[in-house]
Amino acid sequence: MSRLGDRFSLLRDEGRGGLVTFITAGDPTGAISTQILSGLPSAGADIIELGMPFTDPMADGPSIELASGRALANGQDMEKTLSLVSDFRKQDDLTPIVLMGYYNPIYAYGREKFSNDAVAAGVDGLIMVDLPPEEEEEYRPFGAAAGIDIVRLIAPTSTDYRIATLVENASGFVYYVSVRGITGTTSAAKRDIVSNVGRIKAHTDLPIAVGFGIRTPQQAAEVAAIADAAVVGTAIVEKIANKLDAQGNPSRGIVEETLDFVSDLASAVRGARNRSIS
Amino acid sequence: MTETLNTFRAGPDEDGHFGIFGGRYVAETLMPLLLDVEKAYEEAKVDPAFQKEFSNLLEHYVGRPSPLYFASRITEKCGGARVYFKRDELNHTGAHKINNTLGQVLLARRMGKTRVIAETGAGQHGVATATVCALFGIPCVVYMGARDIERQAPNVFRMKLLGAEVVPVETGSSTLKDAMNGALRDWVANVDDTFYVIGTVAGPHPYPAMVRDFQSVIGNETRNQVVTAEGRLPDTLVACIGGGSNAMGLFHPFLDDDNIEIVGVEAAGEGIETGRHAASLAAGKPGILHGNRTYLLQDNDGQIIEAHSISAGLDYPGIGPEHAWLNDTGRVHYVSVTDAEALEAFQLCSELEGIIPALEPAHALAYVLKVAPNLTSDHLLVMNMCGRGDKDVFSVAEALGVNL
Repeated sequence: MSRLGDRFSLLRDEGRGGLVTFITAGDPTGAISTQILSGLPSAGADIIELGMPFTDPMADGPSIELASGRALANGQDMEKTLSLVSDFRKQDDLTPIVLMGYYNPIYAYGREKFSNDAVAAGVDGLIMVDLPPEEEEEYRPFGAAAGIDIVRLIAPTSTDYRIATLVENASGFVYYVSVRGITGTTSAAKRDIVSNVGRIKAHTDLPIAVGFGIRTPQQAAEVAAIADAAVVGTAIVEKIANKLDAQGNPSRGIVEETLDFVSDLASAVRGARNRSIS
Repeated sequence: MTETLNTFRAGPDEDGHFGIFGGRYVAETLMPLLLDVEKAYEEAKVDPAFQKEFSNLLEHYVGRPSPLYFASRITEKCGGARVYFKRDELNHTGAHKINNTLGQVLLARRMGKTRVIAETGAGQHGVATATVCALFGIPCVVYMGARDIERQAPNVFRMKLLGAEVVPVETGSSTLKDAMNGALRDWVANVDDTFYVIGTVAGPHPYPAMVRDFQSVIGNETRNQVVTAEGRLPDTLVACIGGGSNAMGLFHPFLDDDNIEIVGVEAAGEGIETGRHAASLAAGKPGILHGNRTYLLQDNDGQIIEAHSISAGLDYPGIGPEHAWLNDTGRVHYVSVTDAEALEAFQLCSELEGIIPALEPAHALAYVLKVAPNLTSDHLLVMNMCGRGDKDVFSVAEALGVNL
């Protein structure tokens, strides 16, 4: 079984939803990003979503766009992002890592080479924000051959017909984007999440992670009680940004404070009983 | 092997691809909406009532048809080809942009959308969108890079006079591509009531095809006008290219006339070799941005590189996907012209023809000035004068070291 499959079955055994934490690879620097990444599992992250920086992240809000900008300004590129993962794998062979980003850097790196190098580095899944089912044919064979899980995004605007198509070639888990909008802006009403998670469950047995707009430990706990996992991104990235001085240099405690916040999220999530798991 | 096609005018395919270019590379949130826009457009396209309203407004509000003008003094100066200008700078709002915004806003109304958003670089598309929104009383929000807002203050004020809200985009390079990101973000958050009016033949399907269709009025008129004036079709067509909507509008009706030479002129900025330019065909490679695959200025890591041109309207790191395809099939020939060459053409046109061109068509003219002298006197060349230069007088004065 894959790391993602193992992790979700472990969560099921524990009777709880999981915590997916997002950071951008290389934000604010390669060295600090390495330290934060390596501290995430012990802070309580069940799954790590690692952003591949891109100059034009159209579905992301300002916080994550700025994180991409910081990483790129410090020389982050795809090779370094993959090395970040392979270094992490030297200490942790259990925590799944899902790369999240936009298609162009993958296309530029080479679809086949990217897929093989990513799996060799220890990547488990891939979210490509701007590769909808209408276009995914051109990537799918490469991902499948390398054995990388393709995590599909489902939106509140997705019709039932689209959901059926979207989950057809999905693996690992599906990611429900709970708000109409970009990352880190508004939050969805709980009842909308409940009804949409139900709508998706009717089409797939894959675990469902819910993200966009989850900013506090309490919100994370609420969502983890409804879905199989809650994704927190912007709020973590903002902890990192808040520890940068006016020149963009990291202040003392940037790693610790970021990981402390992840611990708060994790204990809230662990305290929530998951009602959706029978 | 060169592919032989029966027609160059049939694209895109049903998924919006022109060969490997085009497509719909957008977030899932937008996909259902794009499918709606496509369906509504396909219906409108064949609805005589929609077409009638569109052409009626083009005639009485925009002022079409725009003249096809024989540029006698430029012709004389070159001493070669007979040079004609398609005068789209005489349209209401001073450029070709309004042909498209009129069509899209009519479609937005037909779809029951109550709010319109747009991106703008120099402000021309923003002004053209705000104009049509004022005409129909539709709230309009225009996204514009913070740097462009500084550079284009008169157009910002025009948009405000027309009742539009101008939202500065501070991210990235704070120019056109970032304005487009800003508009896409707005759209994702307001899918129910909002229509996104894209300003060029780029973006996800169906925009490249739809914008081309609305702009094709340029080429369709030219066909009739040149036959009336000269008794035959032209030998050469020339137009400038940023995203490429004025060029596609002129070129498309002629693509299957295979003895007509068609030339698109990109902005070479300070020179291709300096890296400071906007020539995505000359120096870019295929990639995915803003919903389509096309030639992009990008580094080896697939990160988008900022474009540079004295003309804010050409200052975009990509190009419409149909142009990318026409380039690869060899049907259209693409060249580039530097800031300095465009500035020279700008001045020459003002002095010789009494027409102050926008800096965008000044690029096309600079190419015409290079080739026309070597062509015979029976050679017919049509260039699209797609915008007037009033908006550019400040930046030209600055470039020439003149203190206004």
